[in-house]
Amino acid sequence: MKTEVNLCGIKMKNPVTVASGTFGYGREYSGYIDLNKLGGIITKGTSLKPRGGNPSPRICEVPGGLLNSIGLQNPGVEYFAQFDLPWLRSFDTKIIVNACGSTIEDYVELCKILNKLDIDGVELNLSCPNVKAGCLAFGTTYEGVKEVTSKVRKVLTDKPLIVKLTPNVSDITLPAKGAEDAGADGVSGINTILAMKIDIDKRKPVLANNTGGLSGPAIRSVGVRMVYQMSQAIKIPILGMGGIVNGDDAIEYMLAGATAVSIGAGNFMDPETSIKTIEGIENYMKKHNIEDINSIIGTVKMN
Amino acid sequence: MKAPEIAKTAKPGQFLEIKVSETGEPFLRRPISIYNLDGDIVEFIFQVKGKGTKLLSEFEIGSKIDIMGPLGFGTFKVQEYNNVAIIGGGIGTYPLYELTKELKGKTNINVYLGFRDKNLVTCEKEFEKIGLNKLVITTDDGSYKEKGFAIDFMKKDIEEHKVDMIFACGPLPMLKAVRKYAIENNIPCQISLEERMGCGIGACLGCAVKVISGEEPRYGHVCKEGPVFNAQDVEI
Repeated sequence: MKTEVNLCGIKMKNPVTVASGTFGYGREYSGYIDLNKLGGIITKGTSLKPRGGNPSPRICEVPGGLLNSIGLQNPGVEYFAQFDLPWLRSFDTKIIVNACGSTIEDYVELCKILNKLDIDGVELNLSCPNVKAGCLAFGTTYEGVKEVTSKVRKVLTDKPLIVKLTPNVSDITLPAKGAEDAGADGVSGINTILAMKIDIDKRKPVLANNTGGLSGPAIRSVGVRMVYQMSQAIKIPILGMGGIVNGDDAIEYMLAGATAVSIGAGNFMDPETSIKTIEGIENYMKKHNIEDINSIIGTVKMN
Repeated sequence: MKAPEIAKTAKPGQFLEIKVSETGEPFLRRPISIYNLDGDIVEFIFQVKGKGTKLLSEFEIGSKIDIMGPLGFGTFKVQEYNNVAIIGGGIGTYPLYELTKELKGKTNINVYLGFRDKNLVTCEKEFEKIGLNKLVITTDDGSYKEKGFAIDFMKKDIEEHKVDMIFACGPLPMLKAVRKYAIENNIPCQISLEERMGCGIGACLGCAVKVISGEEPRYGHVCKEGPVFNAQDVEI
């Protein structure tokens, strides 16, 4: 049985990664699961300089998942390179850095540094809904995504470049096409869906930032639909995510066109969700007599 | 709950992340503080408030339960003191019980527990049994024991007899008042904080609290650096 996949040059032992922002830099979860078993780890969104993040409350549970507005709190790329990367490298898994910035110059400077680090790829975050500047500002249009991606591509010459896209658009194939036309090696999505929860006694939003990103099983069907649409519009591989909590969910994304998948909010429900998803994929392969997981990618038959 | 590993290693102030549903609804685990450690047994007490705690209350005796813990690196510091005041409000009483037990014999202990009304008074007998210098129970409406806020009774006592540490856990307005009093009077104080949590282990960075002990304020996280902080180190 073959579970290896090749996500735009990143050869992974299985298609299961953990999603940015849900897994820190891996340390917290290393006591709960064997990181060597993962196809890959996508780091916490990392910026050129440290970021403090948003005030509390940052988290709020809703049906089928949660809202978050963390605001990309992270220690910055230098700290990551010095303290987290060497530790992460002691595991036999692929390390993909989620890169975020406020301006195009930020992204370019950051990716110049990432280009020289011992990492397996970069996920360019053009889709965080919780910070005022950057990210979402570039991520919603064909032109915006194309502009940032092409400037980053010029400096990120030695690493696979995956562009993470937002679902907060009417047609996700347009930014996806922007990424492809600018030379990205792959796209990932979906990021969280912009949402709001109101405390009816206080008549105020629960989150200090008022709005936040919805993740968890509530968004899975949106993610599957968007991954399918992207797979019809672009030729580069897709890293699919949004509400995956088991092997069946992962298979759904792969049938829709994802080459690999990420577990996000599912890690909070159960630290072993990623491992159980790998096992679930293998069980599906056994049940359906599938020799090579690659043979199912994008094979959904539409009615 | 029988949980030898947790019972062996847990420290006062630590908490558990409890999976209450197999269906994923509600989605997140419930963070609940440890009340008592006794041999292999870990006890926690919770109030049924919403869907999650309702499901938790329906577990049958003898069934297995999926728990992460003990969690939190910031715990109540158990050591020798001369006199300490321990103040709890409402369900914030629970994490103070193990602390009080472990401090017994190391210091003189005054405990102040405040509740909204008679029906919400809890654990009085258990605290009594520990053998304290003083136990004050207050209700906001005077329907049981002393009428008023626990902090006012604590302040009065401290004016007469100094304490070298205050321990506090309870609703935010109470913690704010205790923190302010402790800082103004230069009394060391440890407070246990609550914040909405995602992962419970410091990965999602959801439960942020402003830490002001360093050169620049920064966001720390209740689940990892806390839940217990030195009162002067955080802004609440």
